[in-house]
Amino acid sequence: MTLATFLVQCLNSLQYGLLLFLVASGLTLIFGIMGVINLAHGSFYMIGAYMAYALAPIVGATLGGGFFTTLLIGLVLAVLLGYVLEWVFFSFLYEREHLQQVLMTYGLILVFEELRSILVGDDVHGVQPPDWLAGSIPLGDLMTYPVYRLFISAVCLLLALGMWFVLTRTRLGMTIRAGASNREMVQSLGVDIQFLYRVVFASGVAIAVLAGMVAAPVSSVYPGMGNQVLIICFVVVVIGGIGSIRGALLAALLIGVVDTFGKVVFPQAAGVLIYVLMALILLWKPDGLFKAG
Amino acid sequence: MSEVLLRARDVTRRFGGLMAVDRVSLDLTRGSVHAVIGTNGAGKSTLINILSGELPASGGSVALHGTDVTRWPQPRRARAGIGRSYQRTTIFPNFSVLENCRLAAQARHQRPWAWWSDAAACRVSVPAARAAALRAGLGDELDRPAGTLSHGQRRQLEIAMCLATAPEVLLLDEPLAGMGAEETERMLALLAELKADHAIALVEHDMDAVFRIADVITVMVNGAVLASGAPQAVRANPEVQAAYLGAAV
Amino acid sequence: MAMQSGRLASVLIAALGLAVWPLVGGSFSIDLVTKTMIYAIVALSLELLVGGTGLVCFGQAAFFGLAGYAAVKLSPQAAAPSLFWLLPASMAVAAAYALFMGALSLRTRGVYFIMVTLAFAQMAYYVVHDTPLGGGTDGIYLYVKPVAEVAGVLLLDLDNPLAMYYFVLACLAAAFVFLALLMRSRFGRALSGIKINEQRMRATGFSTYPYKLAAFVISGAIAGLGGFLFAVKDGFVNPELLSWHLSGAVLIMIILGGLGHLRGAVLGAFAFALLQELFKSEALFGAFAKHWLLALGLTIIASVALLPRGLIGAGSLLVHRLRRTPRIDVGAGVSR
Repeated sequence: MTLATFLVQCLNSLQYGLLLFLVASGLTLIFGIMGVINLAHGSFYMIGAYMAYALAPIVGATLGGGFFTTLLIGLVLAVLLGYVLEWVFFSFLYEREHLQQVLMTYGLILVFEELRSILVGDDVHGVQPPDWLAGSIPLGDLMTYPVYRLFISAVCLLLALGMWFVLTRTRLGMTIRAGASNREMVQSLGVDIQFLYRVVFASGVAIAVLAGMVAAPVSSVYPGMGNQVLIICFVVVVIGGIGSIRGALLAALLIGVVDTFGKVVFPQAAGVLIYVLMALILLWKPDGLFKAG
Repeated sequence: MSEVLLRARDVTRRFGGLMAVDRVSLDLTRGSVHAVIGTNGAGKSTLINILSGELPASGGSVALHGTDVTRWPQPRRARAGIGRSYQRTTIFPNFSVLENCRLAAQARHQRPWAWWSDAAACRVSVPAARAAALRAGLGDELDRPAGTLSHGQRRQLEIAMCLATAPEVLLLDEPLAGMGAEETERMLALLAELKADHAIALVEHDMDAVFRIADVITVMVNGAVLASGAPQAVRANPEVQAAYLGAAV
Repeated sequence: MAMQSGRLASVLIAALGLAVWPLVGGSFSIDLVTKTMIYAIVALSLELLVGGTGLVCFGQAAFFGLAGYAAVKLSPQAAAPSLFWLLPASMAVAAAYALFMGALSLRTRGVYFIMVTLAFAQMAYYVVHDTPLGGGTDGIYLYVKPVAEVAGVLLLDLDNPLAMYYFVLACLAAAFVFLALLMRSRFGRALSGIKINEQRMRATGFSTYPYKLAAFVISGAIAGLGGFLFAVKDGFVNPELLSWHLSGAVLIMIILGGLGHLRGAVLGAFAFALLQELFKSEALFGAFAKHWLLALGLTIIASVALLPRGLIGAGSLLVHRLRRTPRIDVGAGVSR
C-alpha cells in the first residue's frame, strides 16, 4: 500500500465513521432518552437517500433550486415525518417491553420498505452531487481526493458538534437529559414531556434522513441500504456501549477504520471483520467501551 | 460457647469518592440477633449486600465458619449457608407458595442434568419447601399463587424462601417493612424462634421491634460504626442518642 | 385439572391432524406443511430462550443456517452419508456457535443483549456469504441426501417427500416432548425462576450464568435440527437461511402463538405460514400480492399491540369468558 492509498483510505475511514456515528447517535439518543429501541431507524436513512433521488428533479423543476434546497426540503419533511410518527406510533411504545418494541418497529421496517417499493420502485439509483462539490481537490502533491467526501465528513462533524452543543450547553438539552433520567420529576416542573419527546424523536429522524440524503451520491440508492446501516449501527452501539454518545463516536471511527482497511487488505473477509472486532471488544468489556455516557 | 458463624473485619466499600461503608466489623453468632440500625444512607443495605456477596467489598474481609469468602460470588455464599431477604419483596408472583419455596430449596439439590424428572415430584426439595413454609406460618397457603398474598404474607414467604435453602446465617433487610401490628408480632415471634439455630443480622427502622428482639445492636452513621453492643448500652450511649435516637428515649 | 387435560387434548388432536394431513393434502401442501413443521421446530427452540428463560435472542437464524451449511459441507460428494452421524454433527455445529455466542453475550442483558445476539448472527451470515467457507450468495447444493441405514437395510429414503414429511413430524414431536419434559424438570424450573427474577435466584444459590449458557446451547442445537432438516429437504442452502429477517420471523411466530407456551410456538409457526400464504395469494389481493410484506408488517404491529399474549392468550381469555370462570393471571413457567 502506497502512502497515497493509505491516506485516501484514512480519509475514507473518517468519512464512513462519521456518517455511521451520525446515524447511530440518533438511534442511541432515542433509546437513551425515551427508552425505545427503534429497528426502523435504518429506514429513515433509506428514506433520506430515496428522497435525495426523488426530490431533486421536482425541486429543480418547480423551485429551480439545487442540492441545498433539496436538502432543506428533505429536512423539513423529515421533521414532519418524525413528529407525526412519534404522535401516532412511537408514543405507544414507551411503556412497552423491549421485545414488543423490537417486533413493532420490525413490522414498521416492512411497512416502510413496501411503501417505498410501491411509491418509488425497487431500482438502484445514483445521485449526482452538486457541480461545485463534484470535483477532486489535491491534497499535498501525493494525490487528489473527492471534494464531496470531505463535504460529507464536514456535515457530519458539524451536526455532531451541534448535537453536543445543544445537549450539553443549552437549557433544552439539559431538560432533555433530565427527562431521560427522571420523567416524572421533569413533568412536575411544568415541562411538557410529550412535546419534548416528540422534538427529540423528530430530531433523531431528521438526523438519520439527513445522513441518508448527504450520503446518497457516495453510497448510491438501493433497497437494502436501510437494513444494512441499521445492523452496522447496532454494532456501533454494541461496541460503544448503549446510551453513550462518546462510545458511539469511538466505535463508529473504529468500525470505519476496520471496515475500510479491511476491504483493501482482506477483501474476502471484509464483512466479517467488524464483527470480529466486536467479539474482541466484548471479550474485554462485556457491556461495550463506555457505559451510558 | 456460642460459635461465630459470620465474621466481617474492616469491611469497606467505596463508590468513586464516596465512602459508603467505612471499616465496619461485626460478628454474627449462632443463637443471637444482631440488629444494624442507622439513618437512611448510613450504609446498612450496602453492608448487607457486601455480606451476602451481591456487592464486592473495596477492602476488608468476610469469613464464614472461618473460611474467607470475601471473593466468593453470591450464589456460592448462598450455597454455603448465607441466606438473605430483601427490603422490596422478591418472591415469584406467578408461582404458588409451595413452588416458591421448592425452587429455593432446589438450590441445595440442583441436579440440572436430570431433564426427564418432574421437579414437582422431587423428593428433596418438596418436603424441604413444605417444612420451610410451615415454619414461616404459611402452611395453609401452599397452593395459592404468591401474587395473591397480602403484603404481610409475602414478607413471610420471603423468609420461608430463605429458610428453604437451609441457611445458617440469615441476613434480613427490613423484614417488618410495611407491616401492621399483628403481622409484626407474628414476624417477631418467628424471628425469636429462628434465633435458636441461626445467626441473624437484621436491618430495621422499627425501633420498638429492634429493642425487643436484638441481642446486639450496631449503629451506623455515614458508613461507619458509631456504637456496638448490648441494646441497653447502646440506648444509653450519648453519642447514639444525639445522632440517631433523639434524647427522649 | 380440566385445563391440563384440555391442553393435552389439543396437542394430541394437532399431532393427529398432522399425521393424517398427507392423506388429504396435495403435494404442494405436503411440502408447505413440511416446511412449516421445520419452522415450528426452530420456533420451539426460541421459545426455550424467550418464554422459558427470558432471553430475547434475535439471532436464531444463525443456528438454523449454520447447521444447514454443516449438513451440506460435511456430506461427501459421491456417497450418501449416514443420517446417524450427519444429524448430530450438524446439530453440534449449531450448538458450538451457540456456545460461542452465549459466552460473549450472556454477560449482558436487556436491549443490549438483543443487539449483541443480532450482531453475532450477522457475523455468521457474513462468514457464509463472503468467505470461501460458504458458497457465496448462490449457496451450495447437497449432492446426495443422507440415509438412515442399519445393517444394510434402508430405513428412511429422504428423497421421498412423504418419508421426509413423517421424519420431520417425528422430529417435531420429539423436540416438543423433550422441551416439555425439560421445562418441568429442575433445570427448566430454574430457568423460569431466572426469567422472573435472576437476582433472587442468585441470592438463593443458583449460579445463573451456566444455566443460561446451557439453555442457549440446547436452543441452538434444536434450531440446528431444524436447519439440518431444511437442508436435507431442499438439498440446497444459501446465506438467506441466516438472515436476520428469519430471526425476526421466528420471534414473531412465538409472540403470535403466545409466549410462555410450547403449543404457542407451534401454533405461531402455522399461523405465520398461513398469513404468508394468504397475503401472497393473488386470488385475494391481486396486484398487491407482491407487496405482501406490507400486510405482514401491519399484521405484526397489530398483533403485538392488540394480542400481547398471542393466539393462545386470546383463546384462553375466550374460554374463561365462555365458562364464566374468574381468570387468575398466573402461569407456571412454560406450559405445554
